[in-house]
Amino acid sequence: MKHTPLYSAHIKAGGKMVDFGGWEMPLNYGSQIQEHNQVRNDAGMFDVSHMCTVDINGKDSKLFLQKLIANDVDKLKKKGKALYSCMLNDSGGVIDDLIVYYLNEGHYRMVINASTTEKDLTWIKSQASKFNINVEPKSDIAMIAVQGPNSRSKTFDAIPGIEDICSNLEPFCANSVGNLFVARTGYTGEDGFEITLPKKAAEFTWKMLLEAGVKPCGLGARDTLRLEAGMSLYGSEMDEEVTPIEAGLRWTVDMSNSEREFIGRKALEVLMERGTNKTIVGLVLEGKGVIRDHQKVKTNLGEGEVTSGTFSPTMGKAIALASVPPGSEDMCEIQMRNKWVFAKIVRPPFVRKNKVLV
Amino acid sequence: MSEVRQDRQYTQTHEWIIDNGDNTYTLGVSDHAQELLGDMVFVELPSDGDEAQAGDELCVVESVKAASDVYAPVDLQVLEINESLEDEPELINSSCYDDGWLIKFKADNIEGLMDASSYQETLESE
Repeated sequence: MKHTPLYSAHIKAGGKMVDFGGWEMPLNYGSQIQEHNQVRNDAGMFDVSHMCTVDINGKDSKLFLQKLIANDVDKLKKKGKALYSCMLNDSGGVIDDLIVYYLNEGHYRMVINASTTEKDLTWIKSQASKFNINVEPKSDIAMIAVQGPNSRSKTFDAIPGIEDICSNLEPFCANSVGNLFVARTGYTGEDGFEITLPKKAAEFTWKMLLEAGVKPCGLGARDTLRLEAGMSLYGSEMDEEVTPIEAGLRWTVDMSNSEREFIGRKALEVLMERGTNKTIVGLVLEGKGVIRDHQKVKTNLGEGEVTSGTFSPTMGKAIALASVPPGSEDMCEIQMRNKWVFAKIVRPPFVRKNKVLV
Repeated sequence: MSEVRQDRQYTQTHEWIIDNGDNTYTLGVSDHAQELLGDMVFVELPSDGDEAQAGDELCVVESVKAASDVYAPVDLQVLEINESLEDEPELINSSCYDDGWLIKFKADNIEGLMDASSYQETLESE
C-alpha cells in the first residue's frame, strides 16, 4: 500500500490504519467522535497528502480548463482564488470533483481525489493534446488540512511567517508563503486552512502543529464532518453515471457563457430540458439507529437510496444524504435492518460553524 | 492488542459472560469487539423478564461504523439491563468489562462457552 510522508507520524500517534483507495491512512487515533468534536470546537488536522495536486501551465491553460470542467474559471480574476467544480465525461457523468486555483496568468493548480487520480490524469492528458499546455502532477508535496474555529490562530502559532501573509486571506482563496501554499478551504464546514508543503517539511510541520495544540483527526471524523456540512463525496453522491444536476451540484455548473463548450454540456442541456428524476436531499432520523449507505428510501414521490449515511456527533442523531425524486418533501421512510422507519427530509447543510441548521 | 479478562468466559461472537456466584450472570461485549466497532452511539436492550433461546438476537450495539447483533449465549431470562447505556453508550468503549455491561440474566447452565485462553487463541488466529 502507498504511504504519505506522514505515515510514521500516524503510527506514532496511535492511528488505526486502514486501506483507503490503495493508501494506508488513519481511520482514527482512538475516538472518531472526539476528533469530530475537536474540529467543531477547537482545531484538528488531517493528512490529505493522498490527494493529488496537478499544475496546469501554459498559454492555453484558461481555454483548456474552460473546456475541461463544468464551472467556469473565467470567474477567477484574483490570484489565489479557488473554484469548486466537477469534471464531466461526454454524457455529463462526473469523472471527479475538484478544486482549481488561479495562480497567475497561464498558471492554474487543481486538487483531485486520491481514489480517482489515475483515471483523472489519463482523461486530462487525453483532452490536453490539442492545447498548448503542460499537465504536471506534483509528486514531491504533502498536504495538511487544519480545521476548526481556532485553526487559524493555532496555525499562525505553529508555523512562522504564515500570519503576516495569511491573516487577511479570504475564504476560498490561497496564497504562497515561501514554499508553502496556504488555502483557506476545507471539507468540514469550519474555518481553516489546507496547507500544501514540500514532502520533506511535512513531518516537522505536523509536529509544530501538534505542539500548538492541533489534534490529529482521521478519515472517520473527516466523513462525519463533511456529511454534517452537506458536502458531496465522490463515489457516494456522484460518479460517472450521475450528473451534477442529479447530485445537487447544479450550482457548480456554469452555463452563463453560451459559447463555452465544456465537456458534457450538451448532455446536461438535454437532461435539463427533459427534466431529471432524482436529486440529493438531507435526511434526519428522529428515532434511534444509524442510517447507512445504500439503504432504501420511500418518499411521497417515489423510491430512492441513501448515498451517505452516518451518525452526526454534533446533533446526536443519524443523518444522511439521499438520492430521491425531485420535489420530495416532509417525511420519508428508510429501510433499516428490515424495518421501515421515518425520517425527516431537510435541506443540507446540517451543521455549519458548529451551528445546527436543520 | 485487545484485553481478555481471565475471570470470565467468551463466545465465538465476542460476548463475555461472568458468573456472579448466585445463579445469575452478567453479559457484555469483549474489548476486541468494541475496538472493531469503534465509537458506540446507540444500544438497543431487551426488557427485564424477557426470555431468549441460545442464539437469539438479544441486543443491538450500534457504532458510527456499523450495527452489530449481540446473541444470547445460552437459554436465558433477562433480570436487569444496564440503563446507563441509554445516555452513555460510550461506556462500552471506555469500560467494556465493567461499567459497559449489557444485561444480567438467569440461566440453568452456561455450557459450551470458551475460557479466556481459548478465546485469546481465536483472536490470535483471526
